[in-house]
Amino acid sequence: MISTTITADQFVQAVIDTIYMVGMSLLIGALIGIPLGIFLVVTKPGGILQNKWVYSILNPIINILRSLPFIILLVAIIPFTRLIVHTSIGTNAAIVPLIIYIAPYIGRLVENSLLEVNPGILEAAEAMGATPFQVIWHFLLPEAFGSLILTLTTATIGLIGATAMAGTVGGGGVGDLAISYGYQRFDSFAMVATVVVLIILVEGIQSFGNYLARKARRN
Amino acid sequence: MIELIEVYKTFNRKGISNEALKGIHLKVEKGDIFGVIGYSGAGKSTLIRLVNYLERPTKGQVFIEGKALDTYDVKELRAVKRKIGMVFQHFNLLESKKVFDNVAMPLILANKDKKEIQARVTELLEFVGLSDKAGSYPNELSGGQKQRVGIARALASNPSILLCDEATSALDPQTTQSILQLLKKINKEYNITIMIITHEMSVIQEICNKVAVMENGEIIEQGSVLDVFGHPKHPTTKNFVRTVIQTELPDRVKQSVEQEADYRLFKLEFVGETASEPILYNLIRQSDIKFNLLFASTAEIQETTLGNMVIQLTGDNEKINQAVSFLKANGVEVEEVQEI
Repeated sequence: MISTTITADQFVQAVIDTIYMVGMSLLIGALIGIPLGIFLVVTKPGGILQNKWVYSILNPIINILRSLPFIILLVAIIPFTRLIVHTSIGTNAAIVPLIIYIAPYIGRLVENSLLEVNPGILEAAEAMGATPFQVIWHFLLPEAFGSLILTLTTATIGLIGATAMAGTVGGGGVGDLAISYGYQRFDSFAMVATVVVLIILVEGIQSFGNYLARKARRN
Repeated sequence: MIELIEVYKTFNRKGISNEALKGIHLKVEKGDIFGVIGYSGAGKSTLIRLVNYLERPTKGQVFIEGKALDTYDVKELRAVKRKIGMVFQHFNLLESKKVFDNVAMPLILANKDKKEIQARVTELLEFVGLSDKAGSYPNELSGGQKQRVGIARALASNPSILLCDEATSALDPQTTQSILQLLKKINKEYNITIMIITHEMSVIQEICNKVAVMENGEIIEQGSVLDVFGHPKHPTTKNFVRTVIQTELPDRVKQSVEQEADYRLFKLEFVGETASEPILYNLIRQSDIKFNLLFASTAEIQETTLGNMVIQLTGDNEKINQAVSFLKANGVEVEEVQEI
């Protein structure tokens, strides 16, 4: 008989919390991060909407946010979190720092994906008299689509890791379970179970991402 | 049609400035197939990018249909660009879209309705011989097919000018031929002015009626292809011409000539009609000088035959002079040379 201090309900709730936190912060993070990445690429020196000011403001902000360890970010922005969701504990309170953590990360990854697009295609677009919006919509994004899917896959997996720290603000989720039960109460079963769930989750998301990317690239 | 006046282009990278174009004057008339030839780094790619303002000149002006491009605002410039098609060396097709959508792209950008797009793209694919490939992706096509898609795309918005940037340089000789024939057909059937950049003289020979030779950011020679091929002046031009028309005598022939004595050498050039008439036969029949043909070659340029010959004449000086007059009277260019 395996002895453990967690209940099945607790465990299911933790998985749901993790999926909820990852899903919400991924959605909002992508809504911020993808335009951010596009802005970076087009305002870059030599970009289609080259703008020194926008680029030299955006670029360091992203670097600063990216250099903060998530656990620090989590506690450092508690006043801001409280302002947004009117609380500093719980799952929703964890989502705010998760978004601030993942949006610049996605922005940077999207930037890299878009920079991989063959510059010749952008030249062709310009030669056709495409407007900057048309260049982004009809050329840049479709050509980078496969790569963007992989970008979001990487971001999702990064988020799963980050949610483990959400326990610090009572965020819940499987990571929190592993730390407060598995580690702090020496409950090996809780530890192993959460690790297994995390592996399955990460493996599943990566495979799904790879599958979609392959489909988008048609090979 | 296309006119460049005193155009300079300087690139500045990391404080090092590089003069890509130095005072270019160029005029392409409506209906021309204008070739620009030069070795890598001569500035020809920069030159063609100025015509649709992918690059802006540092100094000087570019005129399209008589209007300077620097007088247009951004929006007007886009409209001008839609009237100038461009074909690229590496095709630059959207890998993520089917052939149909690639060709449709200029029309989609111009917000044409679906019916019109469907009709136009179908017509274009038929014109370039790819009707059966509408649903394929570019990575399923051969190089020649990709370039046909590129050409169809460039024609979609009914341009009056087609720019070809090394359009055949990535293709094998046979495919090059078929693409060149396609360009010729476009020029004739749609009356589209074509400007083509290349480093292959055979491309110029095959389809161009005018040519400009570039070196170090300057045009060193330009004119009708027949003039430039017939009388290349600059050493670089001569090098290019030599790649398609042989004018050099084989070494063995040179050696055998050197051993003989008491002769005069002449270089003859036949253009057009004169190349196909039996002038030499007539000369031999009516003159009793010793005639020796050392070298002969013919080439066809723009449906005109261009013949080159080196002959050795031995005999009475007076009679040789008479023979030369006879040749000149028959429209042959004659030049006496001391050595070959």
